[in-house]
Amino acid sequence: MSAVVAEHDDHHEHDHGPAKGLLRWVITTNHKDIGTLYLLFALAMFFVGGTMAMIIRAELFEPGMQFVNPQFFNSMTTMHALVMVFGAVMPAFVGLANWMIPMMIGAPDMALPRMNNMSFWLLVAGVLLLASTLFMEGGAPAGGWTLYPPLVLQTGKALPFAIFSVHLLGISSIMGAINIIATIFNMRAPGMTLMKMPMFVWTWLITAFLLIAIMPVFAGAVTMLLTDKFFHTSFFDAAGGGDPVLYQHIFWFFGHPEVYVMILPTFGVASTIIPVFARKPLFGYSSMVYATAAIAFLSFIVWAHHMFTVGMPIAGELYFMYATMLIAIPTGVKVFNWTATMWKGAMTFETPMLFSIAFVVLFTMGGFTGLMMSVAPSDFQYHDTYFIVAHFHYTLVPASVFILMAAGYFWLPKWTGHMYDERIGQLHFWLSVVSVNILFFPQHFLGLAGMPRRIPDYAVQFADWNMISSIGGFIFGASQLLFLYIVIDTIKGGTGEKVTDEVWEDAAKHSLEWTLPSPPPYHTFTTPPTVIPTEHI
Amino acid sequence: MSTSNEYYIPHKATWPVVGTGGLVMMLAGFANYLNGSSAGTAWMALGLAVFIVMLAGWFTLQAGESESGMYSTQVGISYRMGMMWFIFSEIMFFAVFFGTLWYTRNLSVPWLGGEGTGAATKELLWPSFEAVWPTNGPGKVGGEFEPMGAWGLPFLNTLILLTSGVSCTWAHHGLLAKNRDQLIKGLAATVGLGLLFVALQASEYHEAYTEMGLTLGSGIYGSTFFMLTGFHGFHVCVGAIILSVVLFRSWKGHFQPENHFAFEAAAWYWHFVDVVWLGLFVFVYVI
Repeated sequence: MSAVVAEHDDHHEHDHGPAKGLLRWVITTNHKDIGTLYLLFALAMFFVGGTMAMIIRAELFEPGMQFVNPQFFNSMTTMHALVMVFGAVMPAFVGLANWMIPMMIGAPDMALPRMNNMSFWLLVAGVLLLASTLFMEGGAPAGGWTLYPPLVLQTGKALPFAIFSVHLLGISSIMGAINIIATIFNMRAPGMTLMKMPMFVWTWLITAFLLIAIMPVFAGAVTMLLTDKFFHTSFFDAAGGGDPVLYQHIFWFFGHPEVYVMILPTFGVASTIIPVFARKPLFGYSSMVYATAAIAFLSFIVWAHHMFTVGMPIAGELYFMYATMLIAIPTGVKVFNWTATMWKGAMTFETPMLFSIAFVVLFTMGGFTGLMMSVAPSDFQYHDTYFIVAHFHYTLVPASVFILMAAGYFWLPKWTGHMYDERIGQLHFWLSVVSVNILFFPQHFLGLAGMPRRIPDYAVQFADWNMISSIGGFIFGASQLLFLYIVIDTIKGGTGEKVTDEVWEDAAKHSLEWTLPSPPPYHTFTTPPTVIPTEHI
Repeated sequence: MSTSNEYYIPHKATWPVVGTGGLVMMLAGFANYLNGSSAGTAWMALGLAVFIVMLAGWFTLQAGESESGMYSTQVGISYRMGMMWFIFSEIMFFAVFFGTLWYTRNLSVPWLGGEGTGAATKELLWPSFEAVWPTNGPGKVGGEFEPMGAWGLPFLNTLILLTSGVSCTWAHHGLLAKNRDQLIKGLAATVGLGLLFVALQASEYHEAYTEMGLTLGSGIYGSTFFMLTGFHGFHVCVGAIILSVVLFRSWKGHFQPENHFAFEAAAWYWHFVDVVWLGLFVFVYVI
């Protein structure tokens, strides 16, 4: 191991390039290398989780048992969720944070580069531990990603592995979040005040606070599962004075902010992309910051809306209902601001912008179904049906995943110095946006008609919409191979067109990364930048 | 905020992957042990060894860099922020178990006793159950037990930890006044008091298991009692180890009044452990 004090001296840097060969990626402390590792790992896990989704949709293509047994089917729904949440979406946003935050705030690297390396490898270790449960006696966890007791305690040999995997993923996330907070608070270039930071940086700052507050809570909850199973405790056993509902409270105290961990950086990227292609500053910058903070605060006090049917005192039902509805206000502020940013803008519709506009529209729909379910008496009908599956997939797939795609198209030219193929990008977009609606929209109808989630077989009256949904799913799944192709193609040279530093017209007015060369050198901003872009404010 | 003129950028870190490997071996070994595999304990021991080597190596590296003056004020601030937010994550971890204690004592146990909407539960399942604390639940899980009193060893332990907080601050004053002797004595006293606390806690556990019938399996009382005090005791051990390293470094001549992040971090951690104990003493033992 070596360390340097980099000085204001450009030719100094050449002595401290990356290590040679594959070892470079194992021992790197460079924010760009680690960002790349996170993004590639997330992309790989997106296809692993996607394969599981394809198995689910294949089984549900027709009523009756087709391909897999019910135990394995339930393992697939559970593992699909865990892999997508902890292996794909969260790491992808951490990858973006690693790549972009230092460049956006004019810092040379993350504040704690060695710990940054450990965050990534702990993530890999955690996901591998989780994936290993697929091959164990008794199969992978099949009780749902929420791991509710007493059901989850019936898991076979996989249980302790799944629990320790959660611990590793938790440590990884906490380390990553601490690093992001220290970087944003301590590494900004002179003149980069908090209220001049790009929205992506703001949303990640707030997300990092959420992560530090909730990951230990999840770790505590699964630790109690472990001791209940192996060490005779009674936390979730009424005979010993405990309560299985207690687990649900703790889980959702983690789980609700957790879904905002996936959506707040999504908001940040959308707020970054839309102004560039509308060629206008972001509308209502400071209200965006306050709305993000408000959403984060509210996320801690609404958790039991996931548990309306479990049996709560009526005062609890009412409180959690009204508190949940409040979230619609700051979220509405955001949707309004994105729309107002586009209003009378000189808009062009490159692939990143197309994905971002689809995000605004489709996420809003996911938000509205959320509002429907916040009404406690109505939720008694929607609970645990395909309606909730449709709802959260609308907030995750055409929202988080679409924005991750948008971010890929938006920044790939910056990262690689090559332009992606716009025609294939647009094809990818149109296939995705149509198929995602064929996939998830019918699930609203299925849910309202009463089809429960997490079942491998169903009554025949649900057959038509399930078949349509599965067809949409297969098209959506296959379309994502186009994205994989584009990523590989762009890394290898793309269209051959040399991209400028700005890549997108006037992008440098919005954020600092566009003032750097494309691709940026291994170390950037070893000297702090002197001019801070303020177009986004 | 503000970025100083010189950045500190460490390159090519090998300890993080070593530490990750150690952790995975330890946890996978533990999981195998829980599943009844005989190889589990060996993997745990190996993983622990690797993890300890990583800690020693990584901290030696950092201490060396700090003593050779490689860290700017800005790096010091990053480290302090890191430690602060790490302690916050620990607070949230303990909050789960305090929350569990609160929920079971004030909500779920009274519901089992028929309060609120629990009347039918009581009549149908356990009509004879009286909701009083401490309890091992309507199923009398773990059998008869005697709850742990507050004013014997636990009170003594409270005084010991509070005193250790004072000696730790006294050591800090010594460091700031360049009084190396006071620094070393204060730290030694703090570590000694910490170890005394752990020893007394161990004897309390021994008494609970052998004479009072109170175990981790004694229903919700035993579960919350041992989980809270156990995790706290573990943190005291970790804190004492950290302080021992700081003591060793002080003895080697490390730390200056303007450059002693490791001491500060250890002291913060120790005060955090102290405050958690006060919470435990009130909510687990007294009330």
